[in-house]
Amino acid sequence: MNKELTAAQAIARIESGMTLGIGGWGPRRKPMALVRELLRSDVKDLTVVAYGGPEVGMLCAAGKVKKLVYGFVTMDAIPLEPHFRKAREAGAFEVEEYDEGMFEWGLRAAGMRMSFLPTRCGLATDVLARNPALKTIASPYDDGEVYVAMPAIKLDVALLHVNEADRWGNTLNRGGDPLFDHLFARAAERCFVSTERLQDRLSLSRDDARFNFFERYLVTGVVHAPGGAHPTYLDPDYGWDLDHLKRYNASATDEGGWAGYRGEFIDGDEAAYQARIGGAERLAKLRRPVF
Amino acid sequence: MTQNTQEITLAELMVVACAEAWRGDGEVLASGIGIVPRLGASLAKLSHTPELLMTDSEAFLVEEPIPLGPRGDFVPTYSGYMSFDRVFECVWGGRRHAMIGPSQIDRWGQTNLSSVGDYAKPKSAILGVRGLPGNSIHHANSLFVPNHGPRVFVAGEVDMVCGVGYKKERWAAGMRQDFVDLRRIVTDLCVMDFGGPDRAVRVLSLHPGVSFEQVQAATGFPLLQGPSLATTALPTDDQLAIIRRLDPHNLRATVLKGNPPAQRAAA
Repeated sequence: MNKELTAAQAIARIESGMTLGIGGWGPRRKPMALVRELLRSDVKDLTVVAYGGPEVGMLCAAGKVKKLVYGFVTMDAIPLEPHFRKAREAGAFEVEEYDEGMFEWGLRAAGMRMSFLPTRCGLATDVLARNPALKTIASPYDDGEVYVAMPAIKLDVALLHVNEADRWGNTLNRGGDPLFDHLFARAAERCFVSTERLQDRLSLSRDDARFNFFERYLVTGVVHAPGGAHPTYLDPDYGWDLDHLKRYNASATDEGGWAGYRGEFIDGDEAAYQARIGGAERLAKLRRPVF
Repeated sequence: MTQNTQEITLAELMVVACAEAWRGDGEVLASGIGIVPRLGASLAKLSHTPELLMTDSEAFLVEEPIPLGPRGDFVPTYSGYMSFDRVFECVWGGRRHAMIGPSQIDRWGQTNLSSVGDYAKPKSAILGVRGLPGNSIHHANSLFVPNHGPRVFVAGEVDMVCGVGYKKERWAAGMRQDFVDLRRIVTDLCVMDFGGPDRAVRVLSLHPGVSFEQVQAATGFPLLQGPSLATTALPTDDQLAIIRRLDPHNLRATVLKGNPPAQRAAA
């Protein structure tokens, strides 16, 4: 079995109008090499589902987002994601905004093939008012408590980035926090995983095998993409690239800024991108952020 | 005993006021988001409420609060694990007291971190609702406002209600409101709580040199005066020593414009 694909082969499986889940959280563990390949494609009208970071801003800047399903978009060190803000303030996409926990519940429901899961999150807020399709449900038991019935967030495709993988689709996430990537994998019809290191078959100790968070049957394709989370933070391999994030941030306000950023970093291929940012030498210099 | 008040900054006074929010909370996860709330939570744990749980602001629990910024010789040791997934489990079980800084707060304690202005085409898109709906309906929350003014403390409802509050009309039959627990609001002018009739906001203490009228003028809704309107306590020498150790790079000096002293000239 060999699930290895090029980034282009993986992104070719994404069609305009699809619902696309992107793993990671804010500026952490984003599958940026796959996102860059998506930016190069002619796919459009996407419904993007993410704990959003710079990938959301880039997809907004490129005009690929028809609808955004999110709880936040931020780069943490630069709290306000510039291209997301610009597009949001222009009303450029449809908004489906959820509490972070509702969002998790939606992915879990999809992974469990449930139509919804109950939660208190969202009650008495404008999340209900702004999502008129959301319904509440009363407990059938004596307590009768009323909950939000958080609907399943089903994904056509999920994109994830991991530290290690093999050609069978086994993956290791060695970060201090595995985040919710496993739920994206479970919620998706197809899941493409990019990886820092690729082997034919993982052969692990018990301690290392614990860094595997979802089964290979959930993985449709594996893409070898060293540096593939740059400029976001990939614990423990490299920190975020704050200089690069600042350069990207400025592209939202400079005249012709996005076109400039795109021309400099995106329009070539991934090898050109990695060379442009300084390659493995640069990645090795990116220390983990200190909080 | 306090040091020469000239040396004490308003940010340091606010750290102590924030720490008071967690006093006596016992074994709950203390989440202070931002420089001053985080220093407040850390000070609380290192002084009056050692039972608090804290994280390294990533995924690990610590019993020794971690200093802010580059750590020099300080090497953290961990007592447990608290991934984001675990934080959600903690939130829903209610064993947490967070302090965050929303962009808007209204008289009912409802908060907004999503967008200001028309929702479809907002004047300002901020972060999103984040975890505010779930946090506010499940566990204790306090609020931090470094720029007390009518743009934060709005006259009507906040533009997008992210965090729930005590507005009756928002609660339908069957919804559990009893986990909602809004504690303190620490601003650059005063400390407030929701202890008035029908959970109205009242001023508990005024920072040195600030008048009640000044606070009222900077607030978009009517305020009550607490039972014994006091002056917010200045940090003690011991508290200052802890704060300086927790913030060796003096990041607290960057929170308020001009890093004003705690003791201001009367308005």
